[in-house]
Amino acid sequence: MRNYHSPTPPTADAPLEATEKFKVVAHDVSKVDGEGLVLGRPAYTDDLAPENALYVKLVRSPHAFARILSIDPSAALALPGVACVLTWKDCPRVPITRAGQGNPEPSPHDRFILDEYVRYVGDEVAVVAAESEAIAEKAASLVKVDYEVLNPVLDFEEALDNPVVIHPEPGIHEMFPIGFEPKRNIAAAYHMEIGDVEQELAASPVRVETTVHTQAQQHVALEAHAAFSYIDLQGRLVIVTSTQNPWHTRRLLGLAFQMPLRKIRVVKPRIGGGFGGKQHIHVEPYVAMVTMRTGKPARLALTRREVFEATFTRHEMRVKVRLGANPDGMLRAIDMQVLSNTGAYGEHALTTFMVAGSKTLPLYNKAVAVRFGGHVVYTNKVSAGAYRGYGAIQGLTGLEAAMDELAHKLAMDPVELRRKNMLHEGETSEVFRIMGEGTEGVAMNIESCKLEECIARGKELIRWDPDHLVREVAPGILRAKGMAIAMQGSGIPLIDMGSARIEFQDGGFFKLHVGATDLGTGSDTILAQIAAEELGVDMDDIVVHSSDTDHTPFDVGAYASSTTYVSGSAVLKAARSLKAKLIEAVAEKLGVAPEDIVYKGKIFMTTDGTKELSLDDFSYDTLYHDGEKMKTIEATESFTGDKSPPPYLAAFVEIELDTETGKVDVIDYVVVADVGTPINPKLAKIQIEGGVLQGIGMALYEDVRYSDAGHMLSHTMMTYPIPSREDVGRITVEIVDSYEPSGPFGAKSAGEIGIDTPPPAIANAIRNAVGIRLTEYPFTPERVLMALKAAKAK
Amino acid sequence: MTIRLNVNGKQNTIDCQAGEMLTEVLRRAGYLEVKKGCDTGNCGACTVLVDGKPVLSCSYLAARAEGREITTIQGLAEEARAFARFLTAEGADQCGFCAPGFALTVLSMKKELHNPDEAEIRHYLAGNLCRCSGYEGQIRAIKKYLEAEHA
Repeated sequence: MRNYHSPTPPTADAPLEATEKFKVVAHDVSKVDGEGLVLGRPAYTDDLAPENALYVKLVRSPHAFARILSIDPSAALALPGVACVLTWKDCPRVPITRAGQGNPEPSPHDRFILDEYVRYVGDEVAVVAAESEAIAEKAASLVKVDYEVLNPVLDFEEALDNPVVIHPEPGIHEMFPIGFEPKRNIAAAYHMEIGDVEQELAASPVRVETTVHTQAQQHVALEAHAAFSYIDLQGRLVIVTSTQNPWHTRRLLGLAFQMPLRKIRVVKPRIGGGFGGKQHIHVEPYVAMVTMRTGKPARLALTRREVFEATFTRHEMRVKVRLGANPDGMLRAIDMQVLSNTGAYGEHALTTFMVAGSKTLPLYNKAVAVRFGGHVVYTNKVSAGAYRGYGAIQGLTGLEAAMDELAHKLAMDPVELRRKNMLHEGETSEVFRIMGEGTEGVAMNIESCKLEECIARGKELIRWDPDHLVREVAPGILRAKGMAIAMQGSGIPLIDMGSARIEFQDGGFFKLHVGATDLGTGSDTILAQIAAEELGVDMDDIVVHSSDTDHTPFDVGAYASSTTYVSGSAVLKAARSLKAKLIEAVAEKLGVAPEDIVYKGKIFMTTDGTKELSLDDFSYDTLYHDGEKMKTIEATESFTGDKSPPPYLAAFVEIELDTETGKVDVIDYVVVADVGTPINPKLAKIQIEGGVLQGIGMALYEDVRYSDAGHMLSHTMMTYPIPSREDVGRITVEIVDSYEPSGPFGAKSAGEIGIDTPPPAIANAIRNAVGIRLTEYPFTPERVLMALKAAKAK
Repeated sequence: MTIRLNVNGKQNTIDCQAGEMLTEVLRRAGYLEVKKGCDTGNCGACTVLVDGKPVLSCSYLAARAEGREITTIQGLAEEARAFARFLTAEGADQCGFCAPGFALTVLSMKKELHNPDEAEIRHYLAGNLCRCSGYEGQIRAIKKYLEAEHA
């Protein structure tokens, strides 16, 4: 069907010898821009802002919920150097979403760029622009706002049908049915059932029920969100921004300002980390407003506090899982019921919530009956949005806790319980067909799944012995092991699309233009590797330019673990197509048929060996020498997955728990992953290592905390601690041989899956250490100690 | 007010407000290699050397730096390039935003500690946060770099 797939997947008894099979792919190529970044060359948005740009500052709400009665900008405007103060009255009254997603977006359009309501502390009230940052700051403090303060809803357990309605305003709407009921504080809802779960549970001899509460988490990319804008010579609005999705950004801005998209250009320079946090429009609308009002360039880089208080978090979720099984451990029923907190606006509300089921439940595809459902509710907290793991981490935390509880009840090795029930290569799950991201899913057979190998190797590395999962290494100091398995996806099938254009240049090199956005993941590098491999040239022969809506072909952006699989496949298709065109052109020049040309080592040769032409020579011929035959040779191709092959991993952790203090430390975290062919093994490994550490942060340290009035208490990196290099012992990541036939050179995704397992695996290790199931994240020493005391009191 | 700052051996006369931190002033003067990460002295992205010692420029009054020698990563470009090769070889550069501050601290550690073990490396660099890499790749890079430097 898709002839651009690599021809021969390795057989099971002949594992892929990646380094022999490929020349550039599956090799550790250093990133093309590494040295410049270490030296701090100007590369990020705020480094590049024009010197004459106005500085933009935002007036933000001090109240969790309020209606703006009046805004008096006169004192601010009186300050010398102030260019403008803009409010909700200066914005078209068009509901939008800030979520960068497909069109139409599964997120409700429940937000205005600026509104007469503010719905969390930090919500935008007014936009101030001035000649210097200091003046802009001063002016923002002088804008006088009168509020009618309203009662907020802060606890997501109390949001549903609360008399306080967070979105009473008319005009907001869903783009297609997502269960949107704002009058009930419901942003989205969903339900599905395979078989009869209640009946199957009732008939199951062994049953467990576990409820976990996963907290909001912050992305904490080290570069704060930043953008600048200007009007170009053609009168078009240009926005340079730290975004993960330039095209979604352009489309959403066009909607928000009722502008034709042709009037907008969005450029992504180098980004200092994203993790889903830059998959939304947080800064772009405000610089755009100022530029459109004043005609002048405008710049805005959020402060760290603003990033904490007024960008997005991970969705807080309560996940209840019920399992029914036979005494031999075979699962009969899985029921997962979820309550998700989307905060003030419904960005990614439905999709993160559905992924809690769709990217976890297929792991255990032997159950006869499976049910998933629940609600996503509004509260007066900062909005939740996309964050690496995207629901899967929350769902998995519930599911893998329940699986371990089942193992305890059956007195089975938790590893064996999983092996008995988990998905294997060649199998499928009904869930794939039923649950997509906001819509129906896409049925798929699993063509690559090396979970067995991941588990076997992980057991070796951690020295897993089910009879000795805990030992006391010193008085009161316990070392215990736990584990979990995970899956993710590789892009959103039939929705995510990426494109690539490759053009042959004089000198025999290639320009690779991709819409894909490198967030620091190394995608510019791995996409170049894919092109180099297919074109039979060196990395140096590929020059990459990415993420500019004017100059690169379309790509939905970097999210949903899509870049390697979706954008990578587009690059591979373009390279194949270009290679065919080159051979055709050379054949014509040499007067032979294309099938009589052999291309190898940058040389075209006729099969009879009589004629040859180098790539370098041909490049000058086609552009300068060949008279009316001269032409530029280029190819543009696009790719949309008709499936989303999941990567898999098995994780094993050894923790140390101090029963005196309640402190839990990770001593050793072992991950063995199946990501298909790693296009760049070291970069894939680092992606997973980084994901693991963020997952450990979520399990043990990170928490978004609020005062009773809804003020965020954790708004600095002092009060919101991300792991330092002293916090965690060893993280070991290995990648098993695997080959995904539908992926570029056998590749699947690697970006998200690393984050998924630490919350459940660490909880399972704590359970093995002290016999207590902790369910309230994160597991701070206080929580662990209180749980120990409570257990003792019983 | 104006202050005079000696940055990477060059004298600059820079406009500065009382109470302004060194990060802002340096960036405004075009030293864009000094990155703004957390504003609160937690992440290390803004690290510069003042009289040879690493300091967090976001928590260091610009006026206090007058008359002292300030070194950014560009001032140690040659050494930084050598370390960058090891960092990129491990794929540990990732988004790169923390890299200039982090690399400067590594170079400073190399001067200060003789043959540090892994625990000492982790301790010395604990104030340089990275959200991308999980630190493991950075540690691999540092160890290989130090080995090569001592060879």
